[in-house]
Amino acid sequence: MTIGLSHYLAVAAILFTIGVFGIFVNRKNIIVILMSIELILLAVNINLVAFSVYLHDVVGQIFAMFVLTVAAAEAAVGLAILVTFFRNRGGIAVDDAAVMKG
Amino acid sequence: MALQAIAFYLLAIVTIGSGLAVVSVRNPVHSVLFLILTFFSAAGLFLLLGAEFLAMLLVVVYVGAVAVLFLFVVMMLDVDFGALKQGFARYMPLGGLVAGILAAEMIVVATAVATGGAASGPREPMAALDGLSNTETIGRVLYTDYVYFFQAAGLVLLVAMIGAIVLTLRHKPGVRRQVIADQVGRTAESGMRSVQIKPGEGMGE
Repeated sequence: MTIGLSHYLAVAAILFTIGVFGIFVNRKNIIVILMSIELILLAVNINLVAFSVYLHDVVGQIFAMFVLTVAAAEAAVGLAILVTFFRNRGGIAVDDAAVMKG
Repeated sequence: MALQAIAFYLLAIVTIGSGLAVVSVRNPVHSVLFLILTFFSAAGLFLLLGAEFLAMLLVVVYVGAVAVLFLFVVMMLDVDFGALKQGFARYMPLGGLVAGILAAEMIVVATAVATGGAASGPREPMAALDGLSNTETIGRVLYTDYVYFFQAAGLVLLVAMIGAIVLTLRHKPGVRRQVIADQVGRTAESGMRSVQIKPGEGMGE
């Protein structure tokens, strides 16, 4: 009953899938889409840390930190775009987002 | 060892269950709260792996900053979330099918890699390297070999901050702002005038 690398990889795979599933089923709700992206990046982080620990190489944890940085920046910019979009349109339906082109 | 297994399964089940709740509950505020729970139990998984620094970083950055940012935005925007939930039942079967196949494929590949592939072998989890803590090990690598990446990460955060400010800043017309230069440059002559008022008339405008 020992917990190995594959257990952590399985958790990360399931979490990644949940994120992809969230993007599929919540196509109109852009806030939940952003949260799904956060879940996907968290799954990637679990993968990086698990490999880092089991292959005895700390560089994986360094890259997990960089992924964390990019995820935080992405959330901030995404939510700023969302707030601006809400001000201009009065709603956040993704279908209306086509007006942003051009 | 059994205690470790119990802790792992508990944290894994909470992580996956709350992750599923994030994408399926109706109220986005509940969704954000489940997101916080997911990150918290993922931080527990990191602790179990021995990556204490990243676990604490996850709690500070995600639970303390990102999730609260989401909570702010969800509560600030007055959106009819019932209408946004419409397509859920329609996309559910196909999405579930694709997600199931994706999960099965990834778990098979991950197990193959971990048991017979590149990461196989009698691997033990990394113990503390000759007395160094996890944080110290990360610091020694991050500030030497990866110092340029570290500074680039700082630049990414700066650009994101400027971008978020530029996107959300707006100047309303008709707002009276404080102008320090005008206040400092004010003299007795410019700030005061004397008016002769005849008795019984008042000043008028």
